[in-house]
Amino acid sequence: MSGGSYYVPDQSRFPIFMAFSLFLLVMGASSTINNLDDPTSNSVYILYSGFGCLFLTMFFWFRQVIKEHLAGMDSNQLKQSYVYGMAWFIFSEVMFFAAFFGALFYVRTLAVPWLAGEGEKGIGIAAIELWQGFESTWPVITTPDQGEGYVLAEKSMAWPGWDHALKWLPLWNTIVLLSSSVTVHFAHLGLKNGDRKKFNILLGVTVFLALIFVGLQAAEYYEAYAHYGLTLNSGIYGSTFFMLTGFHGFHVMMGGFMLGIMLARSVFAGHFEDHDHFGFEAASWYWHFVDVVWVMLFLFVYIL
Amino acid sequence: MSAVIENHHDDHHHGPAKGITRWLYTTNHKDIGTLYLWFSFAMFLIGGAMAMIIRAELFQPGMQIVEPEFYNQMITLHGLIMIFGGVMPAFVGLANWLVPMQIGAPDMALPRMNNLSFWILPFAFFILLSSLFMEGGAPNFGWTFYAPLSTTYAPPSVTFFIFSVHIMGASSIMGSINVVVTIMNMRAPGVTLMKMPLFVWSWLITAYLLIAVMPVLAGAVTMMLMDIHFGTSFFNAAGGGDPVLFQHIFWFFGHPEVYIMILPAFGIVSHIIETFSRKQLFGYSSMVWAMLSIAILSFVVWAHHMFTVGLPLAAEIFFMWATMLIAVPTGVKVFNWVATMFRGSITFETPMLFAISFVVLFTIGGLSGLMLAIVPADFQYHDTYFVVAHFHYVLVPGAIFSIMAAVYYWIPKWTGNMYDERLGKLHFWLSFIGVNVAFFPQHFIGLAGMPRRYPDYALQFADWNMVSSVGAFLFGFSQLLFLFIVLKTVMGGKKATAQVWEGAKGLEWSVESPAPYHTFTTPPELDWTPSKAD
Repeated sequence: MSGGSYYVPDQSRFPIFMAFSLFLLVMGASSTINNLDDPTSNSVYILYSGFGCLFLTMFFWFRQVIKEHLAGMDSNQLKQSYVYGMAWFIFSEVMFFAAFFGALFYVRTLAVPWLAGEGEKGIGIAAIELWQGFESTWPVITTPDQGEGYVLAEKSMAWPGWDHALKWLPLWNTIVLLSSSVTVHFAHLGLKNGDRKKFNILLGVTVFLALIFVGLQAAEYYEAYAHYGLTLNSGIYGSTFFMLTGFHGFHVMMGGFMLGIMLARSVFAGHFEDHDHFGFEAASWYWHFVDVVWVMLFLFVYIL
Repeated sequence: MSAVIENHHDDHHHGPAKGITRWLYTTNHKDIGTLYLWFSFAMFLIGGAMAMIIRAELFQPGMQIVEPEFYNQMITLHGLIMIFGGVMPAFVGLANWLVPMQIGAPDMALPRMNNLSFWILPFAFFILLSSLFMEGGAPNFGWTFYAPLSTTYAPPSVTFFIFSVHIMGASSIMGSINVVVTIMNMRAPGVTLMKMPLFVWSWLITAYLLIAVMPVLAGAVTMMLMDIHFGTSFFNAAGGGDPVLFQHIFWFFGHPEVYIMILPAFGIVSHIIETFSRKQLFGYSSMVWAMLSIAILSFVVWAHHMFTVGLPLAAEIFFMWATMLIAVPTGVKVFNWVATMFRGSITFETPMLFAISFVVLFTIGGLSGLMLAIVPADFQYHDTYFVVAHFHYVLVPGAIFSIMAAVYYWIPKWTGNMYDERLGKLHFWLSFIGVNVAFFPQHFIGLAGMPRRYPDYALQFADWNMVSSVGAFLFGFSQLLFLFIVLKTVMGGKKATAQVWEGAKGLEWSVESPAPYHTFTTPPELDWTPSKAD
């Protein structure tokens, strides 16, 4: 508590612009998705304009916040509010992933065995001969309906055994992402010790590793769609696999983008001091969070 | 934009901006609180109008007024609007008005994000309501949107519903982060955690629940979206998924959501009973621990909404006992409220009337909840009007009465004017009678076996349905009186003093009425003893 007077920002146009951008974005997204089969639909332009407005508003809003900070208007208390705010935001992200991990655990340990007739619930399903011939395995390659309503995959993305380990992309992705957490940590140490050059180089390496990760992930998806026949349409394994890795990949892109912005701020504008750099620190927290999610994914989606 | 920076030191003590931009661009917690409260009032009236349509249709057996398809849209939108548009924004509005004043803060911790949280809501509900006019009609699968009703068999407007839930969730998460950060970081010196007013405590816990479960709801609707449009099979057994998975994810959100709608009410009622009993609140720290226990338990009871869906026996037993355990901390709170009133010098102003009837009627709702928690009994009660009676008892004379109590209690502080006590009491008695006549008979018809969510029913349920409809109309139309009273108070009335109520304690009563546009520009001195026994 500073004991001085409190800081209350003046009126701002950003919030309502941002709310309106979100409105355009979700209206555009809903009508685009509802009209996917209709090539004459123009809804996608509403979606684009929503994205455009959102980016512009965020750009100007963050610019304003950075300007205020550089003008020395942020009290220690406000800085602390940003710290708490970011921590709770990351907690909400954890819970978002928890929903998808929960779905994965539920289908793996309960739903799929039940569908194959195991357990007291499964006995009932088996008794009415609902899914004859379905066997409980994970990954589920043959769906309970034997591929009637789904396009069955030929192969899953699971651990291929030690012989093929080195050609297995998820292993390389793990190495890339874990290294990037190390580099961003040492970049942070460099900044704290006032070593600007070390900070810029290591942060640059981190952003580069983020790009590599996204590239490898794209290659993996291409592999899945083109060679394995594994798609969103392949039943519950494809559903959980693509949704979990997809949302993670999206978060990697966001985190990498944030770190890229921080790099640009440091290189081109000389922002951040050794004792005052929460913008960067928040992005690096986010990056570590994304990394932890990947470790969970690697364990529960790929290995086990 | 730089003008904002340069001017900033001059506009510390200015009043509100002029014209509509005051509301559009505001960063002031009182303005935003007012916006939230009016928005929720509007939604309350819209959702209430839908309830009137439902009760009009159910006035007699047979199809009278609406098509069954439209009836389904009404029950769905009534639930969604009352929960996400009525009760939740009302509590957020109260938090905006009161939390900064009660902890001696100048404003919310992140004032611009605060405005964003509000302005998302009108857009989100515009999308939701516009679905009424879309091809295939509005969502018609009930507010719980169970798969496959909400996926395979849903109208096309479900996509709009999904995205409006997404941005509502974003609004709730940002609003809650703001509340948590404000409480953790902005308390005036001396306001330690265990000296915080109970409304602040209740909101700290509520905000934590919201941040934990709104993302889970986002996950659930995202899986729906993927199942509907992109071929995944989360909720389709043919592909290896499970429609019951939807219910697990939904209720993992949904049960904490129930407490999100009642914990702030606990805080409000504690303040009001304390004030009008002219005593210290009995058992302050046990109140805090009870709320914490309820919040933690709320994460491990979700499947009691799903007893009849075919859970393994072990799960049914676990969720039954865990649910009944919640009665313990809730009982602590009820006994504490009663003990606070014991030997107090009680007066019965309107807020106190609402607060006392909250304690009594919420307890009735809690006890019918206990009945529903018993697995074998629930097999009989599930999806009957008994459930409808139960949750309306905890939400209408529970959550909504507490909101009305809060409005009467704090409106002199907000407007500087006293409300009309005679009209307030009239409003209370009409609401109290209306709510009981509307919902108590639903226990009977539920136990007799009338299923919920049907537009028509068998002849033996006719009498009590008619009684229930009459009560609902009485309650519904009484709320126009509430609107009138609030408007009248905003326009004018007897001037309120700073303390307003004889027994009122707390920082918000130390500033003049109406509270100045910026309450505290420097941290206030803490000169009151909070609700602990001396």
